[in-house]
Amino acid sequence: MIALFKRDFKLALRSGGGAAIALLFYFAVVISMPFAIGPDPILLSTIGGATLWIGALLASLLGLERLFQSDAEDGSLDQMLISTVPLGGQVFIKSLVHWLVTGLPLTIMAPVFGLFLGMSQDALLASMATLAVGTPAISFIGAVGASITVSLARGGLLLSVLVLPMCIPVLIFGVGAVRAAVTEPDPFLPPFLLVAAISLFFAVIGPFASALALRQGAS
Amino acid sequence: MTIVDSPNIPRGLTALANPTRFLALVRIVLPFLTLITVILLAIGLWMGFSVPDDYQQGRTVRIMFVHVPSVWMAMGAYMVMVSSALGVLVWRHPLADVAARAAAPLGACFTFLGLATGSIWGRPMWGTWWVWDARLTSFLILFIIYLGLMALWNSIEEPARSARMAAVAILVGAINIPIIKFSVDWFTTLHQPASVLRSDGPTLAPEFLYPLFTMGLAFLFLFLTLHLMAMRNEILRRQIRTLQRKATRDIRAKKQATT
Amino acid sequence: MKLIASNIAVIRGEDLILQDVSFNVSAGEALIIRGENGSGKSTLLRAIAGLLPLEVGSFSIEDPTNGFGGTTHTDLCHYLGHENAMKPAMSVGENLVFWQEFAGQPHLDIDEAMDMVGLDGLQDVPFAHLSTGQRRRISIARLLISYRPIWLLDEPTAGLDAASEKQFSELMKAHLEDDGIILAATHIPLGLDSTKELVFGAIK
Repeated sequence: MIALFKRDFKLALRSGGGAAIALLFYFAVVISMPFAIGPDPILLSTIGGATLWIGALLASLLGLERLFQSDAEDGSLDQMLISTVPLGGQVFIKSLVHWLVTGLPLTIMAPVFGLFLGMSQDALLASMATLAVGTPAISFIGAVGASITVSLARGGLLLSVLVLPMCIPVLIFGVGAVRAAVTEPDPFLPPFLLVAAISLFFAVIGPFASALALRQGAS
Repeated sequence: MTIVDSPNIPRGLTALANPTRFLALVRIVLPFLTLITVILLAIGLWMGFSVPDDYQQGRTVRIMFVHVPSVWMAMGAYMVMVSSALGVLVWRHPLADVAARAAAPLGACFTFLGLATGSIWGRPMWGTWWVWDARLTSFLILFIIYLGLMALWNSIEEPARSARMAAVAILVGAINIPIIKFSVDWFTTLHQPASVLRSDGPTLAPEFLYPLFTMGLAFLFLFLTLHLMAMRNEILRRQIRTLQRKATRDIRAKKQATT
Repeated sequence: MKLIASNIAVIRGEDLILQDVSFNVSAGEALIIRGENGSGKSTLLRAIAGLLPLEVGSFSIEDPTNGFGGTTHTDLCHYLGHENAMKPAMSVGENLVFWQEFAGQPHLDIDEAMDMVGLDGLQDVPFAHLSTGQRRRISIARLLISYRPIWLLDEPTAGLDAASEKQFSELMKAHLEDDGIILAATHIPLGLDSTKELVFGAIK
C-alpha cells in the first residue's frame, strides 16, 4: 500500500498528472466570478466563501475521471484486483493521494484566491478550515463515481452527474460555516463539525463501495 | 435476462427461466391491479374533494392528498430499487435489475409530482414556489439521483455490467433517504414536521387522515401496476435484444458454412 | 502442487463463454490453451486469476508437500494479460520496483530480472521510450521479481522477436524445473517439452 501511495503520488506530480491543472482551473473559476457578477466589493466578499467552495468542488471533480481509468487502460487495474492487498485499502490510498494533490493544494491556495474576492480575514481562515476538512469527502465520494464510470469512454460527465448530488451536503455546510464565521450570532463550529463528520463518513463508505463497483465491473 | 440456448444449462442458471414464468404471472395479475387502482383512485379523489376546508390552509389542503402519497411512493420506489440492488449484487437474480430499472423512471415521476404539487401549494401558503430548506433540497437531490441513475443505465451498453454498476450507485444514493425522512426533525425547516408516520401516532385530524390513506393506498397500487407493466416491457425489450443477437450469430454461422 | 479446475462455466456479458471446463495441472507442467479468437482462452485465464466470477464450478489447490494446499489459488498466481501494466511516465526501474513492493514475496532483484530478459541497463529509461517488444519483455520481468508458483500467460509472446521468444521459453523452462506451473493461451509453439493441451472449439 505504501508502494501504491508512492507511485500514485509520483505519477500525479509528473507531467500529465493533472495536479497543477486542477489548481489553474480553480484560479480560473475564482477570477471569472467577478466578471460574471460585476466588481462590487461588498457583493463579492459576501459570496466569496461560496465561490471558493464551488471552485474547489469543480476542480476536485476534474481529475477524478482518470482516478481508475488510466489503471484500467494499461492493465494495472487487473493486477490491483488480483492483488492480496485489500482492494478497499487500495482505493483509500488512491483517494488519499487524489486529495493530497488536488484538495490540499486548493485548500492552501484558497486564502490567496480569496483576496481577489475581497474577503475578510475571518472568512479566509474559515474557508481554509472548512475546505481542509471538506475536500476529502469529495475525493472519497468521487472514487465511487470514478469506479462506476471507469469503463466508459466519456465517463467524466456522468461521473459529475452522479457525484455532485452527493456532494451537496458538504457544500451546504461548508459554505454555511464560512458564512457563520462572519455573521455574528451564528456559531461556526456546528456546521464545521458536520462537514468533518461527512468526510469521515465517506472515508469509510467510499472505499468500500468503490471496491465493490470495481470488482463487479471487472470483465 | 440472458437466455442461454444450450441443452445442458448448469444448475446456477436455472433461475434464468424465471422471466417467462414472471410474464405469465403478470398477464393474470395486471387486469385486477389496474381495476383496483382505478377504483381506489376514484374513491380517494372523491373523498379528498369532499373534505371541509382547513381552518388555516383553506382549499389548498386538498393538494396534500396528491402531494403526500407522491412523496411516499417517490421514496418507496427508491426502497424497491435498494432491495433490487441487493438482489443484483448478492443473489445475482435476473429479475432484480429489471425491477430496479423499471422503478427508476416511476420514482422520478413521483418525485417530480411531489416537487410540483409542493411548489403549487407553497406559492399561496409560503408565498414562494421554492425555498432551499433541508427537506426540499434533499428531495430535489433524490430527483437528480433518479435522473443520474437512469443516465448510468443508458450509458453502459452491456446489460449485466450496467446492472451491477447501477446497483452500487443505488446503494450509495440510499444515504439520501433517511436524510429526507428526518430532515424536518434534524434541521429547522419551513416544511412542517411529520404528522402521519411518527412514533407517537398521527397528529392529523381523522377527517383528513382517511382520504389521505385511501389516496396513499391508491398510489401504492398505481405504482405496483405501472411497475409490473414497466418490468414486463423491459423483459420483452431484452428478449428482443437476445433474439436479434442470436439472429446475427446464426447468419454469421451460415456464411461460414457456405464459404 | 496441483491446480484443479472442475466444471467451470463462465458467462461474460450475455454469452456463456465457457462450459464444463475441467483440467488439472501439476507442478512442473505447462498447460497450453489453444483455440480460435473468441473461443474463450482469455476468459479462462481471467477466470483463473479471479477477475471473472464463475457461474458454476471451482478451482482448488492440492499441495501435500509445500503446504500451499487450502490457500486461495489466486494468491499463488501471476497474471500476464494483453496490457503490460506499466506506467509510461515512470522509468522501467520505478515500474518494476513498484510491482515488486506491491506484489510482495520478492524473488529476483530488479537488475537480475532485467538481465534475464536481456534489457539490463535500461532501468532509468522511461517506459514510454521502449519498443513494443521491449515493453513486453519488461512485463515478463515482472513475473520474475515476485515469486508466484502459477503463471497465467495470455499471449505472452505477442510482439516478441524470434530471439526474445527463445529467451522467454528458457525462462519458462526454468520456472517449470523450479516446480512451477504455467497456463498459457497462445497459438504459436512455446518451445516447451512437458506440456498438456486444452483445445477450445469455435463458439457456437
